[in-house]
Amino acid sequence: MNAPSKIPASSKLIAGATGDWEIVIGLEIHAQVTSEAKLFSGSSTGFGASPNSHVSLVDAAMPGMLPVLNHECVRQAIRTGLGVKAQINLTSTFDRKNYFYPDLPQGYQISQYKSPIVGEGVVIVDMGEGEQISVGIERIHLEQDAGKSIHDQDPRLSFVDLNRSGVALMEIVSKPDMRSSDEAKAYVTKLRTILRYIGSCDGDMDKGNLRADVNVSVRKPGAPFGTRCEIKNVNSIRFIGQAIETEARRQIEILEDGGAIDQETRLFDPVKGETRAMRSKEEAHDYRYFPDPDLLPLVVEQSEVDELAAGLPELPDDKKARFIRDYGVTPYDAMVLTLERESADFFEQVAKRGDPKTAANWVINELFGRLNKDGTPITESPVSAAQLGGLVKLVADGTISGKIAKDLFEILWTEGGDPRELVESRGLKQVTDTGAIEKVVDEVIAANPDKVEQAKAKPTLAGWFVGQVMKASGGKANPQAVNDILKRKLGI
Amino acid sequence: MTELCDLTFAEARKALAAKEFSAVELNKAYLEAMEAARGLNAYVLETPEIALERAAESDARIARGEAGALEGLPLGVKDLYCTEGVRTTACSKILGDFTPPYESHVTSLMRSAGAVMLGKLNNDEFAMGSSNETSAFGTPVNPWRRKGSDAKLVAGGSSGGSSAAVAARICLGATATDTGGSIRQPAAFTGTVGVKPTYGRCSRWGIVAFASSLDQAGPIARDVRDAAILMGSMAGYDKRDSTSVDTPVPDYEAAVGRSVKGLRIGVPKEYRVDGMPAEIEKLWSQGAEQLKAAGAEIVEVSLPHTKYALPAYYIVAPAEASSNLARYDGVRYGARVAGRDITEMYENTRAAGFGSEVRRRIMIGAYVLSAGYYDAYYVRAQKVRTLIKQDFETVFAAGVDAILTPATPSAAFGVGEMANASPVEMYLNDVFTVTVNMAGLPGVSVPAGLSAEGLPLALQLIGRPFDEETLFATAAVIEDANGRFTADRWW
Repeated sequence: MNAPSKIPASSKLIAGATGDWEIVIGLEIHAQVTSEAKLFSGSSTGFGASPNSHVSLVDAAMPGMLPVLNHECVRQAIRTGLGVKAQINLTSTFDRKNYFYPDLPQGYQISQYKSPIVGEGVVIVDMGEGEQISVGIERIHLEQDAGKSIHDQDPRLSFVDLNRSGVALMEIVSKPDMRSSDEAKAYVTKLRTILRYIGSCDGDMDKGNLRADVNVSVRKPGAPFGTRCEIKNVNSIRFIGQAIETEARRQIEILEDGGAIDQETRLFDPVKGETRAMRSKEEAHDYRYFPDPDLLPLVVEQSEVDELAAGLPELPDDKKARFIRDYGVTPYDAMVLTLERESADFFEQVAKRGDPKTAANWVINELFGRLNKDGTPITESPVSAAQLGGLVKLVADGTISGKIAKDLFEILWTEGGDPRELVESRGLKQVTDTGAIEKVVDEVIAANPDKVEQAKAKPTLAGWFVGQVMKASGGKANPQAVNDILKRKLGI
Repeated sequence: MTELCDLTFAEARKALAAKEFSAVELNKAYLEAMEAARGLNAYVLETPEIALERAAESDARIARGEAGALEGLPLGVKDLYCTEGVRTTACSKILGDFTPPYESHVTSLMRSAGAVMLGKLNNDEFAMGSSNETSAFGTPVNPWRRKGSDAKLVAGGSSGGSSAAVAARICLGATATDTGGSIRQPAAFTGTVGVKPTYGRCSRWGIVAFASSLDQAGPIARDVRDAAILMGSMAGYDKRDSTSVDTPVPDYEAAVGRSVKGLRIGVPKEYRVDGMPAEIEKLWSQGAEQLKAAGAEIVEVSLPHTKYALPAYYIVAPAEASSNLARYDGVRYGARVAGRDITEMYENTRAAGFGSEVRRRIMIGAYVLSAGYYDAYYVRAQKVRTLIKQDFETVFAAGVDAILTPATPSAAFGVGEMANASPVEMYLNDVFTVTVNMAGLPGVSVPAGLSAEGLPLALQLIGRPFDEETLFATAAVIEDANGRFTADRWW
């Protein structure tokens, strides 16, 4: 997967003074495990509680306290592993990563260093226009989150909130398989989709429940990997893209000036748009990893893995393939529809009631557009799947025109109601009666003799007549019928 | 009232049941004896109010016919055990006046069984030491003295407060912990019985950790029967300790007096170390003869990796300790010494809070775990540990039921006598005991005679995992053959 023989698309290269450069990216995603309790204590994992209110004796590392593994977190990690088609290691171990920091009460983080619970897997990422890349997963391991240090409350003192201390994280480590910031962003988006489908992480980046350490290096196409820098703790997909671009350009500049890249840990400052050195390789901590003697090796039965596999929901890739196959939607539409499990479910409910392709159009263009504009999640959509399905059916069977349908959608959004009843009660039905349409056409032609002459000379002007007729009919006239009649009457 | 304190718990239990005296009377006698024995420095904290309150509760339960297995037992608690609402320091300055809002699992069990806490007992700082001289509260004094000498001797370590208190009859039984010999060596130095149970037999929850993979709780008691009674209430599964083992707790007391006829007792040739005093050698062969006379078969066995145990132990234990003690950072509880920034606060706090032996072990531990040295030290030590374990497995698989060895290479030494010795010389005290911790096996130390200078000497019996019963049976044979050893009151 790392073979430099892969020929990069030139669009992904960055042009430098000495020629083109290729970016090589690997990501370590820290995903907070969705679970009621922390990884090694019974404390709640709730967000937003007052500081230090979700802290047990174990979380505060009181003398003589011992960790006890929360098996629900193990099950979530296994489900995640299965979601990225990875090897599940039936025996794994927990190690201690030793360092001092006030928000790390034990003086060590319990993590899986030597033997992670999940081994190699793969994530398929759509890049649009039919292009797909596959990003290898190196490993997924379970570890404890640290607490939070707060430095801005007092000029002299720092404060510590241990609510997060001990919360379970999955560290999902990719292989260095991405070659552009777009690929990295698409990978994180896809991974987030998978996690949310599975329900093992809510993917909420605003709350810090999904964050990334980004490894970036650059090289001339075909050359061996360059020295990488790690940008710590980037907490939005947009910032991941910006951090990669900024860091790659910084490295290229150094290399083109004849310098060398120091392997170091850096921070991305989105305000200044730069990355800054945190610590160099020489200053890197010696974490003195060793197996945690308070915990036995984690042994999982194959039968439990099988049971978890059987209970997994349909994953995004499978759902997408099924949408293309069963509903005949385009691969792009299928991708958009399956980004969120809730949206996909919504679409299926709509598609069941009317024509699937029309349904896809309405869900993606009208509904998503409106929801995005209002910042409303699909689960709180004012227009239900049943209502939208009814609307789609009315469009598909020609009862209402596309234009009227938009009005109807507006009514459903703001007032609610049953689409068919609304069409009846408000007289929105499409007029297909040619006699009635002819009457309107005749009126329009009679009122605009000069335009008639022009249209005869320049047939594209017929469009103007269509618009006038539609307007006069209150949008209810069947556009195809209007067109046919107009052409005949104008003789074009 | 001192005669009350001369009873074993088995004897006192009978008298309490017969209402010859009350639990309050018994515990009052102990509180008085404690006051008279303060010069021994066995207790770092006396809790007379708690003792009398709980003793009264015991009397009420006895009156209702609801007496527990340890009802009214005047118990001393090693300061490594967290005790709810009672200062717990591990005898380190770094914990300051730390008062836990929780009770260790083992002492909770004992309290539920009716034990009465007299106070907290001295120990080496964080249980690191073999003479209890590293304690922030000073060294407890051994109730035993050499014939014709009033030189103060150590009571062993790290559970020196426990052994001194039991031997001085200022508690009827004591909790202790054993990481490399910290129960068995102090028991051997004081003529008391010490039990280091199988790893996983007692919960470590609420006991200040030294080296997690080696630490075990256990009792020090007046005799084998008392030790068995105490063990019965200390053992048991605890889901809060992931290394605790869910297996039923047998009736240990019933094993005391059980026949040893037909048992095969292994005598490992590798324990015949260079420079072993003749009296230790004699004690050992005498013990073998006594077991033989009781019907056991004595066989020579080989534990070939024994000589690597001590160096490996002094890698594994400090490695774990360096990490376990990281939590004492001055941030959340215990002592804090301010600094200009967080790093300086850590440095100041830990420099002031930890004694020199603890600092030495933290540094050794950090060193053997550091990048570039991990494989050479820690990984190799773990391999040695596996080999030591296999040595024992081979012997037990060959049909050996228990192994008999000396408990210590010498009798108790003088306070300060080892002050100028190298740390390694002090570590040699553990030479016969560390293998047991490395292999996770149960071991018991039982007095078997006196040295030429009139000091107690002891033998060690090592058993199969979770077969403490055979140890109680065999130790009782040694005890019956040699009698019990009691220090004369001079304090």
